[in-house]
Amino acid sequence: MKISRRRFILSSALVGGGLAIGYAATRPSDHRIANDTLAEGSARYLTSFLKIDTYNKVTVYVNHSEMGQGSHTALAMMAADELDAAWEQVRIEQAPATDLYATGDMAIGFAGEFGVPSFLMPLVKASAMKIAQIGNLQTTGGSASIRFTGQLGMRVAGAAARAMLIQCAAERWGVPTDECTTALSYVHHNASGQSLSYGELADAAAGLEPPEAPILKQRTQFNIMGKAMSRVDIPAKVDGSAFYGLDYNSDDMLFAAIRLAPVFGTKLVSVDATEALERRGVKKVIELGDSVAVVADNYWRAKEALKVVAAKFERSDNDSVSSADIAARFDEELARSEGSKDFEAGDAEAKLTQASEIIKASYSVPYLAHAPMEPMNCTVHIQNGRADVWTSTQDPLAVRGRVASVAGLNERAVTHHPSYLGGGFGRRLPFNWNVIDHATKIAMQFSVPVKTVFSREDDLQQDYYRPAVTSNFKAGLDANGNILAWHNRYTGPIQTPGAAHIPYAIDHQSIRVVNGDTHVPIAAWRSVDHSQQTFFTESFIDELAHRAGTNPFHFRLELLHKHPRHQKVLEAAAEAAGYGRNLAEGRALGIAVQESFGSICAEIAEVSIGPDGKPVVHKVTAAIDCGWVVNPDTAKAQVESGVIFGLTAAMYGEITIKEGRVSQNNFPDYEMVRMATSPEIDVHLIESGASLGGLGEPATPPIAAAVTNAVYILTGQRIRELPLSKHNFVQNSTLAKA
Amino acid sequence: MATLKINGTQHTLDVEPEMPLLWALRDELGLTGTKFGCGVGSCGACTVQVNGNPVRSCVMPVSAVEGQEITTIEGLAESSLAHYEPGDLNAVQTAWIDHQVPQCGYCQSGMIMAVSSLLAANPNPSDAEIDASINNVCRCGSYPRVRKAIRAIINA
Ligand code: FES
Ligand code: FES
Repeated sequence: MKISRRRFILSSALVGGGLAIGYAATRPSDHRIANDTLAEGSARYLTSFLKIDTYNKVTVYVNHSEMGQGSHTALAMMAADELDAAWEQVRIEQAPATDLYATGDMAIGFAGEFGVPSFLMPLVKASAMKIAQIGNLQTTGGSASIRFTGQLGMRVAGAAARAMLIQCAAERWGVPTDECTTALSYVHHNASGQSLSYGELADAAAGLEPPEAPILKQRTQFNIMGKAMSRVDIPAKVDGSAFYGLDYNSDDMLFAAIRLAPVFGTKLVSVDATEALERRGVKKVIELGDSVAVVADNYWRAKEALKVVAAKFERSDNDSVSSADIAARFDEELARSEGSKDFEAGDAEAKLTQASEIIKASYSVPYLAHAPMEPMNCTVHIQNGRADVWTSTQDPLAVRGRVASVAGLNERAVTHHPSYLGGGFGRRLPFNWNVIDHATKIAMQFSVPVKTVFSREDDLQQDYYRPAVTSNFKAGLDANGNILAWHNRYTGPIQTPGAAHIPYAIDHQSIRVVNGDTHVPIAAWRSVDHSQQTFFTESFIDELAHRAGTNPFHFRLELLHKHPRHQKVLEAAAEAAGYGRNLAEGRALGIAVQESFGSICAEIAEVSIGPDGKPVVHKVTAAIDCGWVVNPDTAKAQVESGVIFGLTAAMYGEITIKEGRVSQNNFPDYEMVRMATSPEIDVHLIESGASLGGLGEPATPPIAAAVTNAVYILTGQRIRELPLSKHNFVQNSTLAKA
Repeated sequence: MATLKINGTQHTLDVEPEMPLLWALRDELGLTGTKFGCGVGSCGACTVQVNGNPVRSCVMPVSAVEGQEITTIEGLAESSLAHYEPGDLNAVQTAWIDHQVPQCGYCQSGMIMAVSSLLAANPNPSDAEIDASINNVCRCGSYPRVRKAIRAIINA
């Protein structure tokens, strides 16, 4: 495999000792800044992904956030394998938030080959940014770290460094390069029995021109990739030492609790803080346009004092809006508007008029909050014309820019201090700025660090939500039950192009999207549009299978004849789940499949109805084709995680709007799957050898439909509205046996 | 003034008696291994041990735990091992690494505290007993691995 040299030039450095390699920044000035920023000890480097010091240690700089997906480890594995480094000698560091490590650059640079990743598109649109400005993001999202940074950055850097080390050794020994081999951070010349460590060669290698197109390994040559490596971040996560944004502490720091306008988009009118100001530890009550904050010397004191602050917010047209109103508005819009084209093939409208039977179904899902385990928080310390920021973020670079613009500082005067993330799921992506903006404005009134913390209540009520969506289907069948046309009208917006498309061979399709805007702010939520669209399409196709009297597995297989990878994962999941076997009394298997973020995932849920009339999910079997696998154990963990995240949404997830605001307060009314309700999960990784797909998200979409499709078999009830907790079921044993 | 014995050390804190232990630990003592997740006793991220029993520190006023043996994640290994050397881990922590349980890791201090308490009280819990006593929220969905790791400890 060859990587062409485009606007990215591999660069090396000879400064004080050691070899550093990565993509050169496009502006010469950035080289200097990199050296200033990163210089340290005996090794210095440019805009590097990795450096090798004279002690033979390798450091890999990872420009993605670690939020549990294991990408720090996996990205380092990719660099280290191409380098043929000894894994024990590899250190991993979070790259600093500077433009040198912007991930957007990578995406844009390779746009010709890969297109701008679709997860970035809504961001581009949302902010009306020019595409070039994506270069100032350092985003972790779209299941893209391994696919883009790993494939195009880490591996290339590792391979280039290895080539340079070989060249250096060959010159020193006076032998041809192709007689040299590498292993475990050494170059060997077997014929003469000579060996040199990378550390011994690093200085000299840094003086060489990096190769234009380093050759990457074939999969059969991998030594580190493909092996289950222990994650480097885990030891700190079992003894309490892992540092999250919320954990920043200093002796002089203050804490802020905040109450934002409960109805989105409204302003603060007046505040009476007399009583709060008399409370112990309270330093200040701050009015911020759309919110009021109490700053105290302990978060609990700030939060308690906030309870006695009387705040009035302006009235707005949205004050009476409820979820039912929103649903009714969606229905009206779907009835009234032709919407805009998502996908059209053939002439579905005409075919519907010729159909001998038309099947209609309307599906809907509610708003959902991200609810990462670490509540949203941001500490800002502004002093002497500069700012230090601690916040768990999926984009340190964008945070730096945002804090700078809110505080009126130069970006270079803002430092973001890296931390682990207590979950992200899209909540900590750029443009979901509320906590960052408020924390910055609050901190501007002090010269000590101020930590602004959203309580869990704030977190649920002041999120940017997975949108509520309604999707209306029509399918036309001919006299033999064959599908003539697929017709889908759903409420937008489209955040992930293609999520509503189906892989099934149906010649006539019309998929259009109508306006679904409301006053409720929305954002990407793990797997973005795939989470709702897969529930819709994989449920409706299941309806058609049952109507045709065909088993839903075979029905899908047949309609997937143009998609062998889909067929393969379905078959793998079916085989592993024992699809077709005799199940325990009262159990059924539901099936669903979806391609998202470059991977195809099939899931089979084994379900029964519990004595309380609610579904019990006993086991989920998942098969996923993500091309090939870098770290198999974390890959499986991501699938397990994705399934449970989607299952929580399917079973319980619902943010309801009442009087313009969110009704849910805290976990007790935004329930989660827990130990007792967590199914056994059996994951099968299918390596088709196709290009790398993502793993952080693709397991989330299929689970809802897999469960509701099983529920249909058990009860005859077709669930077209989530969550399942809204419905009560009675097991229908005649159906269950079918 | 409250006198708290945390991980074997006495601390005298000038805090309100009703301040939840969580915030005394985090904001007064800088012991940030104990996490804030919900503040209402629902998620278990803030779980510590009081005399070995799991307690949700976000709803436990400091006045109620004065004079008791409080253990946080930072002191867990020392409190559970007969011969402790700095850096040692207890059986649960070790199993957590062996089975690569944590993802984002944020819930895991509380999870590990709860599981360590459970296994100290009941070295051979059934699945139903595990389900009944470990109802911490893990948003990352590490539950299958939590169960696997507990099973491995039981069978060791
Ligand atoms: S923070 Fe205490 S139970 Fe959630
Ligand atoms: S590991 Fe992330 S919440 Fe449990």
